[in-house]
Amino acid sequence: MKIEINERPTDIADGTTLQQLQRQVTPDADLAILNGFPMKTDSPLAEGDRVVFIRRGLQPNADELEALMAARHTPGVHARIKRTTVGIAGCGGLGSSVAIALARIGVGHLIIADFDVVEPSNLNRQQYFIDQIGLPKVEALRDNLSRINPYVRITHHFERLTPVNIPELFGSVDVMVEAFDEADQKAMLAQTFLSRVSGKPLVMGSGMAGFGPSNTVVTQRAATNLYLVGDGETAARPGEGLMAPRVGIAAHHQANAVLRLLLGESPA
Amino acid sequence: MNITINGQPKQFSAALTVSALLETLQLDSKRVAIELNSKVLLLEQFDASRLQDGDVLEIVQFVGGG
Repeated sequence: MKIEINERPTDIADGTTLQQLQRQVTPDADLAILNGFPMKTDSPLAEGDRVVFIRRGLQPNADELEALMAARHTPGVHARIKRTTVGIAGCGGLGSSVAIALARIGVGHLIIADFDVVEPSNLNRQQYFIDQIGLPKVEALRDNLSRINPYVRITHHFERLTPVNIPELFGSVDVMVEAFDEADQKAMLAQTFLSRVSGKPLVMGSGMAGFGPSNTVVTQRAATNLYLVGDGETAARPGEGLMAPRVGIAAHHQANAVLRLLLGESPA
Repeated sequence: MNITINGQPKQFSAALTVSALLETLQLDSKRVAIELNSKVLLLEQFDASRLQDGDVLEIVQFVGGG
């Protein structure tokens, strides 16, 4: 009968039980998961069952993780994502969450840039840990991304982005993400990237402060190669701070827009 | 002079630069991206970019936070 073992389709003998199979394929596994449920006792197996054996603390190698991702994303989609490069300008609330989403789906190469260090107040929405306070955000983020998917290539730049270095650092990207805090810096990046790095799409964020309704955050096409995420008006200001839920919604709009662009789909 | 701004037709009596248009619309030129006939302008080009009849303009405004 046909079942899936660790996401790979496999033929096994009829009547095989879960524990018999475990002894055959991974005798040192600590955990057997059958169709999503951790099993403490033996169980008969049936056609179409999904079995995962896990040894605690053992990390899959690059090929194994790749096979798992390909199975999740369908092989064609995964192969396309893996070949791509995405640039992320700014590693705050938007940038750190976009980077994590893209690393999880296996984007092959991420280029991240930020001049800031992790501050205590960042922990309300940014993807850092309390023991990373004081580290450059790009270094802390690189470490966190590597703990999620060590096979994604990360290039990091600990510097302020300018009209001079943006085309140099991000000239090779397939899709660019703007994840700055300041409105004039967003404008500078849009002008520089879209006029100097020709033909590549830019996904930006504008208007995601506070705790207004989730569904006012939208993805729109704002110019030929410019996609804009947010409600367009809710600026961060005293009394309307940036908070994890709504910033996260905007960040994942951006990440999904990137994914759709990488796969040749329109984000808006 | 007829120009299209963010998909809407607009009429202007006098000649205008991009900078003058932004002033008329009371927009902060440091917080916008401008696409003029499918070409994105740099900030330092706003003063010298003269609008002409039939131009198609996208004005994208940004607010802070991220």
